[in-house]
Amino acid sequence: MSADATARRRLQAGLALASAVLLAAGLAAGGEGWSPAALFQLLGSPDAALIVGQIRAPRTLGAWLTGALLGLAGALAQGLFRNPLADPFLLGSASGASLAVVAMLAAGALGGMEALPGLLPRIGLVGAAFVGALAGVLLTLLLARGAQHTLRLLLAGVVVGVVLSAFSDLLTIAVPEALRGRQAFMLGSTGTLGWDGCVMLALGLALLLPLAQKLSRVLDALVLGEDSARSLGLPLPALRLGLVVLLAAATGLAVSQAGLVAFVGLAAPHLVRRLAPGLHGHLLAASALAGGVLLLAADVVARTLTAPQELPVGLLTAVFGGAYLLWLLNRQQDR
Amino acid sequence: MSRARSATARAPWRTWAAAALLWAAVQAVAAPPQRIVSLVPGLTESVCALGACDRLVGTDRYSNWPAAVQALPKLGGLDDVPIERIAALKPDLVLAAPSTRAVPRLQALGLRVVVLHTRSHEDVQHNLQTLGQLLGDEAAARAAWAAIQAQMAQAAARVPAALRGRSVYFEVETSPYAAGPGSFIGQTLQRLGLVNIVPAALGPFPKLSPEFVVQAQPDIVMAETRNLQSMAGRPGWAALRALQRQQVCAFAAADYELLVRPGPRMGQAALQLAGCLAGLDKEAR
Repeated sequence: MSADATARRRLQAGLALASAVLLAAGLAAGGEGWSPAALFQLLGSPDAALIVGQIRAPRTLGAWLTGALLGLAGALAQGLFRNPLADPFLLGSASGASLAVVAMLAAGALGGMEALPGLLPRIGLVGAAFVGALAGVLLTLLLARGAQHTLRLLLAGVVVGVVLSAFSDLLTIAVPEALRGRQAFMLGSTGTLGWDGCVMLALGLALLLPLAQKLSRVLDALVLGEDSARSLGLPLPALRLGLVVLLAAATGLAVSQAGLVAFVGLAAPHLVRRLAPGLHGHLLAASALAGGVLLLAADVVARTLTAPQELPVGLLTAVFGGAYLLWLLNRQQDR
Repeated sequence: MSRARSATARAPWRTWAAAALLWAAVQAVAAPPQRIVSLVPGLTESVCALGACDRLVGTDRYSNWPAAVQALPKLGGLDDVPIERIAALKPDLVLAAPSTRAVPRLQALGLRVVVLHTRSHEDVQHNLQTLGQLLGDEAAARAAWAAIQAQMAQAAARVPAALRGRSVYFEVETSPYAAGPGSFIGQTLQRLGLVNIVPAALGPFPKLSPEFVVQAQPDIVMAETRNLQSMAGRPGWAALRALQRQQVCAFAAADYELLVRPGPRMGQAALQLAGCLAGLDKEAR
């Protein structure tokens, strides 16, 4: 057994342990602040089923699942594009999902649906975000003429992001009713996650992670370069499309349930590579674990930092993730 | 008969459960709410205007009138509604503006959420009526609306005849956003005899081109004091004759807040506007 294999097992065990601890912390972190004692008191009270069972538990689990999907998407993006700075959101999926949601809300508002927000079909919004994310990434790939040139790809992603955001702005100026929905969407938050959302996220993760691991050998081959991958007899265009669909699906699902949570997808795979490098089979699963841990940790902090107020968790991950990205760039320059 | 009896005998709990559910539903509809959460300042004010201030158990963070509500738990703004804290308050009625995320979530938790718009005079009237029905005091709702109407009429009578038909620009935000004729502010201005420079087709609070305002040359400009102070410094805006002749209504932050609250104090807001207009007439002479 190599040292790397030991490190991998240690990392997985550590992340699983951290997940368990944070899930417990998430149940204790309430609307009025942080207190395990208050949790025990609450568990004994008749409110427990509602407050803990219906609100805290699903949002805590939902935060972990969202983070796991983003971690998986980040690992997929970085492997697929052979660029350690690739983030699912840098490729236009977030702005695509956001535009689709805004378009849906605007259509609903124009159609008179805003009078009945309770009937706003949640499946519809998830579906719209999913399709939007896929369209955003595909548009980026189209503009970059494939994923060979990483610089061109990132530039195309930036352009697509800006242009699609501009369309979102345009729509919200034309239909101001959609503005609030967009705002809530941009400030990623786990506050409104219920069990129905958790079920969708869990199903998504259960479906996407095994599929991604099936394709992990493609990512391993891509590390050697396109030509080497092709010389191994891999049908690259089809496999690449499959990976893009998985990436967009994971991102779209996470974004549709929790809004725009930045940088978790970027940071999680880096964390894993740093602590326990390995093949993509390991990297994908461990990144999902790490993403879950990162987002859940940020969510617990966001809930307790300014309690009884609550910061949108997307703000927190953007600040920390942004700092991490700057540090990363700095380190690469120094080399 | 015997069939029905045997069905009841087979599952008596079902009958009882159905009866209990029905009873609970009837109670929920019939009994006026006793623990109300309001997530909109104008609705908070409306609840209090109907004499049910003591039934409020929490409000959004912007609700600040009447003073009694300032001591209540503050439950976030539009984008950070704390679901858990609202649920913990165990409200039997939540009043909210349409929101895509919080409202469905609160409803999914079994809370009774009433979604109300606050865009126009008609909305305010409708909201008072709805709240009157919910709180079981429709007479109070009618009285509150009548009081608003009386104040509106009083304010309209106070506007100097020379100012009737003058054009007005009411700035909501410096980008600039204006209050259009379809908004509750625009409706009040119209009631006072003023003509909005914004066409109704642009909607209640349209974003305008700065040029549009300069070209429209409103006779009167209204805005919050700090926005009005910087207005002449915007490119080209110094050419606004209303600014040159000081035909302006500048409102301090607290007074401005009254103007932009669609609720039971709309009549008071109209009186405040009329007070400024009466002062303008004196200056013009």
